[in-house]
Amino acid sequence: MFNIFQEALNSTMKYLLIAALPIFLLAPAISHAKNTGYIFVSSEKDNSVAVLDGKTYKQIKKIETSDRPRHLAFNADKTKILAACGEGNSIDIIDIAKLEVTDKINDDIEDPEAFDVSPDGKYLYISLEDDGALGVLDMAEKEMIKTIEVGEEPEGVLANPDGKSVYVTSEVANTVHVIDTATWKVTANIKVGKRPRRFALLASKNELWVTSELDASISIIDLATNKVKDTIRFEAKGFRKEDITPVGIAMTNNGKTAYVALGRANHVAIVDIASHKVKDLMLVGERVWNIELNKNESLLFAVNGLSDDISIIDTKKKKVIKSVAVGRVPYMAIIDD
Amino acid sequence: MINMKIVYFFVLSFAVFINGFFSTAVYAENTFTIGYLELKKDPRYKKKRLLARFTGQALGRPFAGAEVAIKEAKYHGIDIDTVLLLERKTVKKEELTSAVEEFNNQGVQFIVLDLPSFETAELLKKIKGKDIAFFNATSYDNTLRNESCQSNLFHTLPSHAMLMDALAQYLISKKWKNILVLEGELAEDKQMSSAFEIAAKRFGLKIKDKRIFKLGNDPRERSKNNVALLTKGDFDVIFIADTNGEYARDLPYQSLKPNLIVGSEGLSASAWHWGWERHGAPQLIKRFIKKHKRLMENTDWAAWMAVKVIAAGVQDTKSTDYKKITAYLTADNTVLDTFKGHASSFRPWNNQLRQTILLTTHNWVVTRAPLKGFLHQKNNLDTLGNEKRNSKCVF
Repeated sequence: MFNIFQEALNSTMKYLLIAALPIFLLAPAISHAKNTGYIFVSSEKDNSVAVLDGKTYKQIKKIETSDRPRHLAFNADKTKILAACGEGNSIDIIDIAKLEVTDKINDDIEDPEAFDVSPDGKYLYISLEDDGALGVLDMAEKEMIKTIEVGEEPEGVLANPDGKSVYVTSEVANTVHVIDTATWKVTANIKVGKRPRRFALLASKNELWVTSELDASISIIDLATNKVKDTIRFEAKGFRKEDITPVGIAMTNNGKTAYVALGRANHVAIVDIASHKVKDLMLVGERVWNIELNKNESLLFAVNGLSDDISIIDTKKKKVIKSVAVGRVPYMAIIDD
Repeated sequence: MINMKIVYFFVLSFAVFINGFFSTAVYAENTFTIGYLELKKDPRYKKKRLLARFTGQALGRPFAGAEVAIKEAKYHGIDIDTVLLLERKTVKKEELTSAVEEFNNQGVQFIVLDLPSFETAELLKKIKGKDIAFFNATSYDNTLRNESCQSNLFHTLPSHAMLMDALAQYLISKKWKNILVLEGELAEDKQMSSAFEIAAKRFGLKIKDKRIFKLGNDPRERSKNNVALLTKGDFDVIFIADTNGEYARDLPYQSLKPNLIVGSEGLSASAWHWGWERHGAPQLIKRFIKKHKRLMENTDWAAWMAVKVIAAGVQDTKSTDYKKITAYLTADNTVLDTFKGHASSFRPWNNQLRQTILLTTHNWVVTRAPLKGFLHQKNNLDTLGNEKRNSKCVF
């Protein structure tokens, strides 16, 4: 027991020491708010985004937002953060230098949940939970230019970097909809596991991985044929299937490892992408939801919806090195590094 | 070809319009209709009752839930080029059998029932040996799941037994063991209180006394109608079985001692509650309110769930075949989403949907059952309600 704490402490100390150096190096850049190292965490019930220092993990600010902020993403030059605020019917824009909401887009946006930015940065594709539609928001005009009807409760959105397709899940239709960006039409409906949530794109194999919360699985879609070519099922000794509710997914840049948040099972799974096998499980907080890797993939941030905290995982050690309280019902973390 | 499809679409839309079908039709070659059967004059939905908002009782016709569900199912038939439709028949008691026959002649084989338990049992007796699956969405009656069960009758609404087990789990987990049972004079009150007594035994509660209550002001019966007299004694909790609801409503804050009230008032065991915030419930509740301008209650959920399980059957079996879908519903590996957490499925021994039960106050979900620590060798949801070994259902 002592050893575990010692180890955690040691590794934290190491990070602190390593951390001290770049602070000086980065000092001039801070005025432009570039690579602040900050960790931003949205909290559904606090109507705020918590800002944590990237080294000490101390909360340095709570940014007030519109009601129920959930999905977060950076803009193209990483000077701003877009926050989808479900009950505020708004996409709030947070200025990273000022650490406050400086603008809001709320043209016809009803209950936005997840979104993705088009590769050219022109459009925001938003799942509109209430309308059962995918909204296309013109970022320059700040106007919703199109809504495309999909299954009820759309959730995860992913814009293919090729600019040609957008994918959106429907939680209740158990379907992934493929939308052609040239015509804004649904061109394929792919049935996947129950309650599909999030995507990860494996570009090297042209595969789209989709987590299914109620099926304890990942459906792997071959994007060449729009067919499910394999399903990874999560099962582990000591867990009941109904407690394994995968949601968040993150992949390493080399395309070798996928991390999958298992929700109620309170673990993050490490999946070997080549073999589709689960290699390890890491204990985190309660109902782990979204997960995010830092830039050099040394750390994984797991957001725990029911314990109001985030678990910071050392990916080499495959262990949580720290957990940090953030706010009521945290949803997602993004890192400005 | 394209023109033909458009023409067909308009014809279909028109057909939908004139027949009173309910669907948000995405285009498809085929249709699959789910029937919905309810009574013209159903005392459960009298205006006065609805406005009284008795705890846990209907706030409107549960068809509202089915309508929300059919919209959610707009893509469920896409693999087999089929659009799912919902058709409602509202008939007099004496027309129930002929309404089912009419459905049958139309090729409808899946029918959601919004009927009291007596009418459900009678109807099922008359319609025997036909390939029609019925889904009970509004009766909690234990006997429908036991002595008068039928192999083609499914239940999405939980039984009294399931609800009372959930309540007993909660009370014992709080160590509130000493209970006074108050029972009304209706047959269903007796069924509810006897389900509670069985649950009390199962989970180790002590029923200190059982008393009959009576509505009214007759001084000769004041030991039954006067709340203070009726609640005299030393108890942790007062349980009341009042399926009518009028007496139970008057119980909180009126008992002789500062007792907590559970059962038909105070803390209730529920199939659903609009205050539930997990597993996609807020989105469903929002859709419901948007469409129907009221809150979503137990039977709304059960009607919604009935349409959802049929739609899941179509989607997962990729067919509209009666045998395939009914086999799917009771298959071991079938997973149904109740929006309450826990993977749900039908119990093959009595066709009851095993499910999470919510423990609710008038405006909140306190917790849900099965509670932590209540374990079952196969499925924790089977700590609620009749298990195979004590089921009296024989198909």
